[in-house]
Amino acid sequence: MSTIRYSEDHEWVSVDNGVATIGITDFAQKALGDVVFVELPETGDTVSQGGETGVVESVKAASEIYAPVSGEVVEINEELEANPGLVNEDAEGDAWFFKIKLSAESELEELMSADDYKNFTEESE
Amino acid sequence: MDSASDTDLLRTALHDLHVELGAKMVPFAGYSMPVQYPLGVLKEHLQTREKAGLFDVSHMGQCWLVGENPAQALESLCPADLQGLTTGQQRYSQFLNDEGTILDDLMVTKPVNPDYSDRLYLVVNAACKDQDYALMNEKLAGKAEVVVIDRALLAIQGPAAAEATARVLGDAVLTQPFMTQTEVEFEGDTLLVSRSGYSGEDGYEISVSNEKADALARALLDQPEVEAIGLGARDSLRLESGLCLYGNDIDTTTSPIEAALLWSIGKSRRAGGEAEGGFPGADKILAQIANGVSRKRVGVQPEGRAPAREGTIITDMDGNEIGKITSGGFGPTTGSPVAMGYVAIDHAKVGTDIQLMVRNKAVPAKVAKMPFIEQRYYRG
Repeated sequence: MSTIRYSEDHEWVSVDNGVATIGITDFAQKALGDVVFVELPETGDTVSQGGETGVVESVKAASEIYAPVSGEVVEINEELEANPGLVNEDAEGDAWFFKIKLSAESELEELMSADDYKNFTEESE
Repeated sequence: MDSASDTDLLRTALHDLHVELGAKMVPFAGYSMPVQYPLGVLKEHLQTREKAGLFDVSHMGQCWLVGENPAQALESLCPADLQGLTTGQQRYSQFLNDEGTILDDLMVTKPVNPDYSDRLYLVVNAACKDQDYALMNEKLAGKAEVVVIDRALLAIQGPAAAEATARVLGDAVLTQPFMTQTEVEFEGDTLLVSRSGYSGEDGYEISVSNEKADALARALLDQPEVEAIGLGARDSLRLESGLCLYGNDIDTTTSPIEAALLWSIGKSRRAGGEAEGGFPGADKILAQIANGVSRKRVGVQPEGRAPAREGTIITDMDGNEIGKITSGGFGPTTGSPVAMGYVAIDHAKVGTDIQLMVRNKAVPAKVAKMPFIEQRYYRG
């Protein structure tokens, strides 16, 4: 069973067999508003924790996506290119952004649990 | 937003209504204003294009300019033909400085009320209003003076705006032509109803007393075609319609000619006209009309889906910088990114291939015709 961890940049990370599926949280999609464009990394890209790996744009503004963990991008969600609005419909499900093969599993320890993330968003409101 | 800045913000007469409707309130030009309602920017935009939207624009500055011949006086600050305004007619213009660049843009109306033959009705931008009033009082001293109007301003826009407004204010508004104003009685208040707007759609801008603003807004929102629309959609609507936003697309570094606003400079104010020149920077503007300009505001259609935001550098196909995006985003009605900006004049022709430097990558784009959508004004 995978556990879900959360970053301070409002990404969720679900790890299964050393591969992390990453997306933005429901809290983040609500704050962004209607998503009109998603720019993703390319499969094979190597990303490091905290580095810019993409962009999500709403009608209002552009926001960077930061890699919550380091590793190699092994899959991207191409569906988001044609249908960026999916992020508003199912941010923590079908609208995952990309998958990273972890190079340092210990980085997961730096991320928040669901309860911690909930407290984090309540404080920032 | 902390509580200190919250309390410093001014509130419009519709503040409680916005909160009741679930609006997200943000600071804008010193006011607490609704940026969006629960519907969200995208749906609010489409609602306005398809049916009708109601906007609170009470933060904008409304004033009378009172004097013996206020139109003649104001022509010394603005390049429009204001003496040629007929009763009830409204015109778009700009306040210019001695460089012939733009201090603010505004709407000027000659009132229909015969008791108001000594005045013009002006609507100016919220962020510039104090400066505009001071400018007029200083430069027009002895000829005309500003009387600030402390009233609310509502805008109703969209293809169903006329029908919905007529149910509240009577059928006379249906046949009122674009860019004219009438007076309409509403619950003992005399409304100033202008057929104009900032969305590219048919509709009205209505000056109403602060006391009656809430009742009027609710009566309009009660119409099945009408939803409350925030400043977010107001911006995407005006962008698709190719309309300038002061501070972005026009400012003290741009002239009306560079900004492609030649149409707003009265024929009477141009070379050979009966009221030729006589506005600040007239020598420069008339020279620009005669000899052309080195850069021009144009529409920009990026390829693909990535929006090009304000500040994006525009280059030619060889990567040489030729200009900058001044407004850009996603057009919900066009279903594509849309933008406007200034380019060197040799790249200003519609259809010219250009590139936009979005996040250090060159995105192909074309100079495009504006508006991006078809404007649907009622011309009678």
